[in-house]
Amino acid sequence: MPEQRFDIVVNGLAHSLDLPGDVPLLDVLRTDLGLLGTRTGCLEGDCGACTVLVDGQPVQACETPLWSVAGRAVETIEGLRLEAVREAFLAEQAAQCGYCTNGIIMTVAGLLGRTPAASRAEILAMLDERHICRCGAQARILRALDRAMQGVR
Amino acid sequence: MSPLPATLAANPRLDRWVQVEADGTITIRSGKVEIGQGIATAIAAIAARELGVGIERLRLVSGDTRLGPDEGLTTGSQSVEAGGASMRRAAALVRTLFTAAAARMLDVPEDAIAVADGAFAARDRNRACSYWDLREEVNLAVSAAALPVPIERGGSADGAALRRIDLRGKLSGGAFIQDMRLPGMLHGRVIRGRNPAARPVGPDLSAIAAMPGVVSVVVDGDFLGVVARREDQARRAAAKARLTWQAQPLPADTEGLDWMDPGSADTRVLIDEPGAAAVVTLERSYARPYLAHGSIGPCCAVASWGGGRLTVWSHSQGVFMLRRQLARVLRIAAGDVDVVHAPGAGCYGHNGADDVALDAALLARAAGAPVMCCWSRAEEFSASPAGAAMRVRLAAALGADGRIRGWVHEVWSTPHVARPVADDGTGLLAGPLLADPTPASAPAHVALPAGAGERNAVPIYRTGPRRIVHHRLSQGPLRSSALRSLGAHCNVFAIESFLDELAATAGIDPVAFRLAHLDDPRARGVIAAAARMAGWDAHAAGGEGVGRGIGFARYKNISGYCAVVAEVEARDRLFFRRAFVAVDCGAVVHRDGLLNQIEGGVVQAASWTLCESLHWDADGPTVLGWADYPVLRFSDVPAITVEIIATPSDAALGAGEVATGPTAAALANALAHALGVRVRRMPLTPDRIGAAIEAG
Repeated sequence: MPEQRFDIVVNGLAHSLDLPGDVPLLDVLRTDLGLLGTRTGCLEGDCGACTVLVDGQPVQACETPLWSVAGRAVETIEGLRLEAVREAFLAEQAAQCGYCTNGIIMTVAGLLGRTPAASRAEILAMLDERHICRCGAQARILRALDRAMQGVR
Repeated sequence: MSPLPATLAANPRLDRWVQVEADGTITIRSGKVEIGQGIATAIAAIAARELGVGIERLRLVSGDTRLGPDEGLTTGSQSVEAGGASMRRAAALVRTLFTAAAARMLDVPEDAIAVADGAFAARDRNRACSYWDLREEVNLAVSAAALPVPIERGGSADGAALRRIDLRGKLSGGAFIQDMRLPGMLHGRVIRGRNPAARPVGPDLSAIAAMPGVVSVVVDGDFLGVVARREDQARRAAAKARLTWQAQPLPADTEGLDWMDPGSADTRVLIDEPGAAAVVTLERSYARPYLAHGSIGPCCAVASWGGGRLTVWSHSQGVFMLRRQLARVLRIAAGDVDVVHAPGAGCYGHNGADDVALDAALLARAAGAPVMCCWSRAEEFSASPAGAAMRVRLAAALGADGRIRGWVHEVWSTPHVARPVADDGTGLLAGPLLADPTPASAPAHVALPAGAGERNAVPIYRTGPRRIVHHRLSQGPLRSSALRSLGAHCNVFAIESFLDELAATAGIDPVAFRLAHLDDPRARGVIAAAARMAGWDAHAAGGEGVGRGIGFARYKNISGYCAVVAEVEARDRLFFRRAFVAVDCGAVVHRDGLLNQIEGGVVQAASWTLCESLHWDADGPTVLGWADYPVLRFSDVPAITVEIIATPSDAALGAGEVATGPTAAALANALAHALGVRVRRMPLTPDRIGAAIEAG
């Protein structure tokens, strides 16, 4: 794909980027904008480590082409607005290696940001479908989820 | 005189471990590296406690061949046990030397000095000086072996309130090796066949060379790679390769692991006591498939050549080992290679971290620029060593009194230790493929009590005469090496399943049956605690789909004790509802870190035991992505209750691997209690459970 100019807003800052439109958002964030808190995981949309918010909606950045986010607002862990979610994960020490965690925080923040009254079952279903934790921190992550839900409400 | 801890004895100069900096911090250096288990926090907390400084004043450097101590590998749950002991002694020695200097400066006796937050204060006087005031006065370029044994304060900074020192950074931005950026750094990918040992036939990479951003196409013998300006460009270029590969066809992937040819095994009789196999009451066979590490982050390394030296950043478990291996394969002097640890995603054993370091070094050398190389998800599943496949045959004699009177344990296993540690050849994947090849080294033998395939094969129970045999296959269809707890996962699964089968034969409750065969009070302690926590009822009726089971082991028979009671519910599949875990790992350094390792061990072992297996066809591995490899999901995770039994005077023992075998066995035993059927092959899938029900 040839290079083209794309305007996107990331963590509240506007950027104009001359790139091929099929470059994954993950690479735009990490390579072009230096936002390295969005993790490189499976690159196949299966593990959720690269989850960011696009217009408040959790998406897998590895499978989101740049053209599809033109003119839209992207939020990464560096610009996390629902700080209560990160603090809940830290309070519960809800990680082992911490590699999958930022994606999970973004999914939880996205769901609670749009619907503060989102049910635990709804969020859990999203985690089941979109995220993998390999170290076995799930029990702590669920405790952090409960704490975040209380903190946001 | 108490001897120096082993890794301090091997690296006795104190300034390798501790350095007081001019800026009000203290640098501590450890050879044990953070692999997601939280060891950085434990090591720093030990040093902070012994030095008498706040943990926030410490700068921890771990795994650096340029300056740090060589503490071998970060493996085998040895990091607190061995690495922690050395750091504790080194820090206590440094505190003692500084206390003496403070006493001189303040003109008071040493025993009138108290240290707190880095300040040495004379009691009853308003005078104090700090580590930083004294840094010119104290020479740390001295050998720990030449100094008297210091008083160790014991414990750790912040006690039970200690929290991970690395998490906020990781949960806020770049923190991992994949996030490193060097000036002028390019991105590389290796081009491999589905079978990582396959060699390309007449490769034509001209189409790849023309792809956007490609700087270099690398061909070194049968090693192929591509280097591009951007990571996405390197990925796209590598994915474009359509090559023909040639390799020995793999044997059929069968339910019974028939490919394990007993004729090709290196058989070692470990124990052979007369009469072990004289009478056999019960004989059973158990098995485990190959398992994937499946780290969430891809294996990654950064390599930079310059000034006649190679510098590699790696998430290896052994930077000194990796330096020697890279030097051998690249035909350079080990002294011209620096390997620096950088944190990777969760590491559960010998994954591709070392292999990708060689890949990066080869690509960087060819490209003439620093290169980061990451593996694809397909390489993670197909090229990384797997956890070994195993079979265990158990036979025992049972007396009329319900006591075991003889025991035979035979284990067949593919390699558990194929780390690049040998003095000849290499364990690095690309080594044999190069134009100037280094042959693959043979898998290593690890003697008991640690053992590899035979880890935990010797029962801890009183069994009468024993015969223990290990059949070590030098290779199997898939590349295999160390995965968390090595052979202990399957050996304990087998022993603890078999104990329940023997208990049922004898008509004795499984908990009572175990206690009747155990003398060690710490072993009895964790079993009794787990049973109490679970409200164990010896007479609980099973068979209606809900059940409970117990599993126990002392890891390696010399390390931490762990008992697990699993509660399960069998519906369309087996659900793990609750876990009650009692653990005794001696003195506790980081309480929450210990809990985290136990919880994680239970969940990961449950995933292995209930969900996971690698597969292949004649041409190579067929599991190439998460879609091919189901793992435990969030709502499948049990509610976990952990009780820590800790006597402060007992030595601190590693905790990272104690839960795997007991969890696996507890699940199989709970399934047997829930449905009245025994499944002896992992994973305990609905198909296998259904087949066991049909077989009656």
